[in-house]
Amino acid sequence: MEAVDGSPIWQATAWTGSAPTVRGATEDSRWLQRLLIGLSVGFLTLMLFAPLAAVFVEAFKKGPGAYFASFRDPYAWSAIRLTLLTAAVAVPANLAFGLAASWAIAKFHFRGKALLITLIDLPFAVAPVVSGLIYVLVFGMNGWFGAWLARYDVQVIFAVPGVILATMFVTFPFIARELIPLMTEQGTEEEQAAISLGANGWQTFFRVTLPNVKWALLYGVILTSARAMGEFGAVSVVSGHLRGRTNTVPLHVETLYNEYNFVAAFAVASLLAMIALATLALKTAVEWRKERELAEAARGPC
Amino acid sequence: MFHYLGNPNRARVLPGFGITMGYTVLYLSVIVLLPLSALLLKSAGLGWERLWQTISHPRVLASFKLTFGAATIAATINALFGLIVAWTLTRYKFPGKRLMDAMIDLPFAMPTAVSGIALTAVYAPRGWIGQYLEPLGLKVAYTPLGITLALVFIGLPFVVRTLQPALADLDQEIEEAAASLGASRLQTFWRVIVPTILPALLTGFALALARAIGEYGSVIFISSNLPMKTEIASLLIISKLDQYDVAGATAIAAAMLAISFGMLLAINAVQHFVARRAEGGA
Repeated sequence: MEAVDGSPIWQATAWTGSAPTVRGATEDSRWLQRLLIGLSVGFLTLMLFAPLAAVFVEAFKKGPGAYFASFRDPYAWSAIRLTLLTAAVAVPANLAFGLAASWAIAKFHFRGKALLITLIDLPFAVAPVVSGLIYVLVFGMNGWFGAWLARYDVQVIFAVPGVILATMFVTFPFIARELIPLMTEQGTEEEQAAISLGANGWQTFFRVTLPNVKWALLYGVILTSARAMGEFGAVSVVSGHLRGRTNTVPLHVETLYNEYNFVAAFAVASLLAMIALATLALKTAVEWRKERELAEAARGPC
Repeated sequence: MFHYLGNPNRARVLPGFGITMGYTVLYLSVIVLLPLSALLLKSAGLGWERLWQTISHPRVLASFKLTFGAATIAATINALFGLIVAWTLTRYKFPGKRLMDAMIDLPFAMPTAVSGIALTAVYAPRGWIGQYLEPLGLKVAYTPLGITLALVFIGLPFVVRTLQPALADLDQEIEEAAASLGASRLQTFWRVIVPTILPALLTGFALALARAIGEYGSVIFISSNLPMKTEIASLLIISKLDQYDVAGATAIAAAMLAISFGMLLAINAVQHFVARRAEGGA
């Protein structure tokens, strides 16, 4: 299939119009498309959709009455409270860090920037269980600060502070990772204009920088919250699984499951699954918005 | 606080470098670097003999073999199916595509414990799909196969999400050129498309592999967790800690980190080689 006059082939095929037998040179045959779509849908159904559906089906296996009864357990509520507390500390802490880090990294030049970004990504590369272990090595009974903490009767490991610290570590990079590439791409021109027009640093940040990254920031915060509420491996190491005291929601799911209390386990798990779905919905919404803005920018003048 | 290194167009007028940089380094040091250095120093403090003694124990070796073996198989499956899924999502139009695209991130957003019990519910011998596999002699849950399955679930988004932009950026004119020079679609795929996207595919593979090696939550439910058979390295670290054997747990963790670091370094080297070759000769 050649374009006679040197124009791109996709244009040439467009001329031949609606003849169904004509296919662009970069288009796969109909049967191949069907095969690959079938494989993808089949694979994702077995791997993603079936397990997701299973959470809700198992949770409602004995009817809505049993489902809602699972939340009448005071241990479930203390787990929910601890999880919310953990997120309420970890998310703002990592938000403040993410904003500071992205401002320093994206708006300034300095030596060692690549190394700093790599170090920020580190927690992402560390296995969840190891993420918990390192805090045991620092704050545990025989850890670096263990004896010192014991003298002041402060317990970090097998207590709430350990749960919060491990969660902060695991969710550490997410907001910074969302913001750094975007803010780097946006450059500093708008901020410099604001400063030269007499705005101070905070005004520039809140009126210029923040509005430019608000969607990425929102997604970063939601992702961090979802991961903070769902962390299992790291928290499992430092929590000690004390019911009503250091059990977070995912740990409570494990406890219920190991007691063969499947309906309650899946009912509590369904809460976490709904948070995950909300995260995905928001991510998709942010992406669609970005696409639309890009399309509008492309259509507009200049 | 005007830090000025190099580019005169930037960095001069904007305030706040000192305080944001200072806070970044401080917070990073307290939350990440200090605890991680504890792992390095503590494992170095054990000495080679003690380290080797812990790691060479048959139970530890078995867990390493299982963890790294299952993770490698899972990342390979992900590379294959991830490529198919990413290709379908970037190239074809079909109903439900946007939903499918949005759901790719589910394993990343879903708490691992929830994924673990959900996969077990589906693939247990009396589960939704497991009940049809068992008569065929395929036991998934509570076997190494189940562990691999959970790791495929966990790694899927990494391959798809790294491949999607690479596939979208593919210059279709090159494919057209190949086709106009008489290449079949298959030849174009192997000789033109695969070399171009190979670095991205390797990155996705490496990310999925790294994630799978450390995975804990989704595995321990679908695995029977039997020592020597279905016990992964992460679980062994936890059981060492439960026995107050912090030194043993540290040794296993250090070895795990060292091996995965080595694997990633090797993949990086391959990637470098592939990228150079793709740049060098057509």
